[in-house]
Amino acid sequence: MNTTRRTVLKSATASGVLAGLIAAGALRPTQVLAADWNKAAFEAHDTAGALKGIGAGTPAESKDLILKVPDIAENGAVVPVDVVSNIPNTSSISILVDKNPSPLCAHFDFANGALADVSARLKMGQTSLVKAVAKADGKFYTAQKEVKVTVGGCGG
Amino acid sequence: MADPMKIRAQLKGDVTEVRILMGHAMETGQRKDAAGKTIPPHFIQSMTVDVGGKKVIDGQIGTSVSRNPVFGFKMKGAKVGDKVVVSWIDNKGDKRTDEVAVA
Repeated sequence: MNTTRRTVLKSATASGVLAGLIAAGALRPTQVLAADWNKAAFEAHDTAGALKGIGAGTPAESKDLILKVPDIAENGAVVPVDVVSNIPNTSSISILVDKNPSPLCAHFDFANGALADVSARLKMGQTSLVKAVAKADGKFYTAQKEVKVTVGGCGG
Repeated sequence: MADPMKIRAQLKGDVTEVRILMGHAMETGQRKDAAGKTIPPHFIQSMTVDVGGKKVIDGQIGTSVSRNPVFGFKMKGAKVGDKVVVSWIDNKGDKRTDEVAVA
């Protein structure tokens, strides 16, 4: 972890400078330090902001990106999600929940023989679309499905 | 201090399946305690999976991942006995690294 950078980011956010920099495209956290946490994307409060944060913009729908989620989740605190990308050269997969307070749930970069096949368990505050976004050869693809939630897992 | 992770890495054919269970509260920062005070966020931010000394998965995680996160990954090219090293670090700087061998 680069502590200096963290400090700079924190102070920049506090003064609202960071938001301006990102909007201007001057600062792209994912490309500066791939291993560092993408604060802008994870703290975005809407899907468009999160997609912008990971550099995806408006990804194209793809049938080769397979998202497996339950139709109905009885417990929004634990929603199992599987994402498999059959798109050649998939280098990363992100998972988003449209209506969560912070839509971006997780982002995985693959290397050294990793297959584009991940599973995770997510919290969902309410019935929402779940989206998977895959990056392959510099292009972004997406797939989405709705999950009905009977008991939310975000509030208290 | 964080609990040890449970990691399983199994070679099936030429694909290695890695399953990881991390023990973590994954507080979102939105819940309130009995006194109505907001519980501060405390969640895993980054995780990595290294197999045979090479980084295979580089993950970033937000607050909407469930408490005690479970992740599953698949990879090609690993052999029985290769070391699988999983690490995570949370927003408070707590970290944990555990390893198993591919079986």
